[in-house]
Amino acid sequence: MDDETRALLDALVADARESTEDIARQTGLPADEVDARLDDLEAAGVLRGYTAVVDWDRAEADRVAAIVEVNVELDRETAYEEIARRIAESPTVDSLRLVSGDYDFALDVSADTMQAVSRFVAEEVAPLPAVTRTVTHYVMETYKERGVVFDDRDEDDRLSVTP
Amino acid sequence: MSEGDESGDPTDGGTDLTADGDVDGSGGAAADEGDRFTPADRVDAVPPSGIRAFFEVAESREDVISLGVGEPDFTAPWPARSAAIESLERGRTSYTANRGKPKLRREIARHVRRYDLEYDPDEEVLVTTGASEAVDLAFRALVDPGDVVALPTPTYVSYEPGVTFAGGEPLAVPTYHEDDWSLTPEALLAAGADEADVLVLCYPNNPTGATMSRAELSAVADFCREYDLVVVSDEIYAALTYGDEHVSIATLPGMRERTVVVNGFSKAYAMTGLRLGYALAPPTASAAMTKVHQYAMLSAPTTAQHAAVAALRRCEDDVREMRREYDRRRRYLTTRLRELGLAVAEPRGAFYAFPRVAEVAPDGDDEAFAETLLEETGVAAVPGGAFGDGGAGHLRLSYATGMDELKEATRRLETFLAER
Repeated sequence: MDDETRALLDALVADARESTEDIARQTGLPADEVDARLDDLEAAGVLRGYTAVVDWDRAEADRVAAIVEVNVELDRETAYEEIARRIAESPTVDSLRLVSGDYDFALDVSADTMQAVSRFVAEEVAPLPAVTRTVTHYVMETYKERGVVFDDRDEDDRLSVTP
Repeated sequence: MSEGDESGDPTDGGTDLTADGDVDGSGGAAADEGDRFTPADRVDAVPPSGIRAFFEVAESREDVISLGVGEPDFTAPWPARSAAIESLERGRTSYTANRGKPKLRREIARHVRRYDLEYDPDEEVLVTTGASEAVDLAFRALVDPGDVVALPTPTYVSYEPGVTFAGGEPLAVPTYHEDDWSLTPEALLAAGADEADVLVLCYPNNPTGATMSRAELSAVADFCREYDLVVVSDEIYAALTYGDEHVSIATLPGMRERTVVVNGFSKAYAMTGLRLGYALAPPTASAAMTKVHQYAMLSAPTTAQHAAVAALRRCEDDVREMRREYDRRRRYLTTRLRELGLAVAEPRGAFYAFPRVAEVAPDGDDEAFAETLLEETGVAAVPGGAFGDGGAGHLRLSYATGMDELKEATRRLETFLAER
């Protein structure tokens, strides 16, 4: 990956709403080249989406999040991919990863109520034939998400003008 | 010290702004207040810095977006902070060796090999209280009264006062926007630097963001050898170059033996407040600087030295991340400035852009321009003339500030220019 593309991705990760013109200024690419590269990156599946980081507590919206650990036992007919595809179908699942360690899949899930999260785990995950165990951790507080720290930033106490 | 120095001046002691010399800017105020002190002539001879006025106005406003800050907006990487904390928890609060902790000197010697610099940690590396102290030590250890010290301008504001305090005679050598602020042998000769004893280099440069290529430095090195100048090379921004790799003049033929290389942790590792720098020099110069250091400072802060060891061993990824972010902002800022019709030489190092405002400023006066800009828009920038006559007609804009602030500041600048 060249420096310009990397800078383009850095700009979008920092701010997915970044305008084409501002990305062009940050990368040194012409604006039409930025658009072309964005199209290519989307087509290649590098850019998978553009989302917002929301502090739901501050939005005073009902939102319950949980991390669910899932253990599975594979047999000749069932691979990780098939189980993952089945679980990923649910809109309750924000992210789904195969991980190393004590369990197999790590899920980030969210819903409007705790009952909805519980129902998802109890009715959509646990009954899958390959699943041997689930552990649900409800999120009590979010301090940082996707690189964004959820607090009031410290004031910049540098002097306004220095040598 | 006059009583005025103790009256809660926010710049007192804690910042390089004390390079302003006359801290309250009032010259004879002390005498009016009735104390018996008269500043030494060499101190009195140093005028207040042009930055001073800006500091006061900018600090008095609530809505200021400052592009006037010459320090990173990042926090020192956690491993460095953690090492500092641990050193305190373990009670490491005594002096270290005058030259600095041996472990740190070895790490520094290892670290600078990336710039092809080879120095003996026992005899040629000196750990100082910030790079500023290293520069000051070089002047005090190497400059005799009346020695001429050539200072390419625009450049960092502390060199000229430092030379004066050491009893030397500063000699300004202008560099030019049209040359991308590069120093040439012709400029040195034209300014009379062939008669000078010392040349001070600062590349990558504060305030212009200029760096010097190997070829450009070679020409300057030829000049120094021909006219027998020693060099104090402040390379505090060496890790922050965009594109070209940093070249130290000390690596060029015949230059190691006549060069003091200054570097530190403030810029690359965002450790400005920890006040830690170092000087690399052949044994004679290093011993002379160490002698001054051991009487004046004894040793650099111990806590900061522990942090610095961790910074060199464990923070390279952090430096890379910060540099990448600066680069992104650098491109944004320079592109925006050009869109606004301001000429700006491509900054290839440090975190400053140095656009020319002579054509849009009243009477070409950068100071008046910066004042009006601050008053009308709340955008603080440093007038280029503060960095020596060579900087007149320009502004120093720092991009050590967040992208949102850069966008807003350039938007305000755009409106401001449209109304001229």
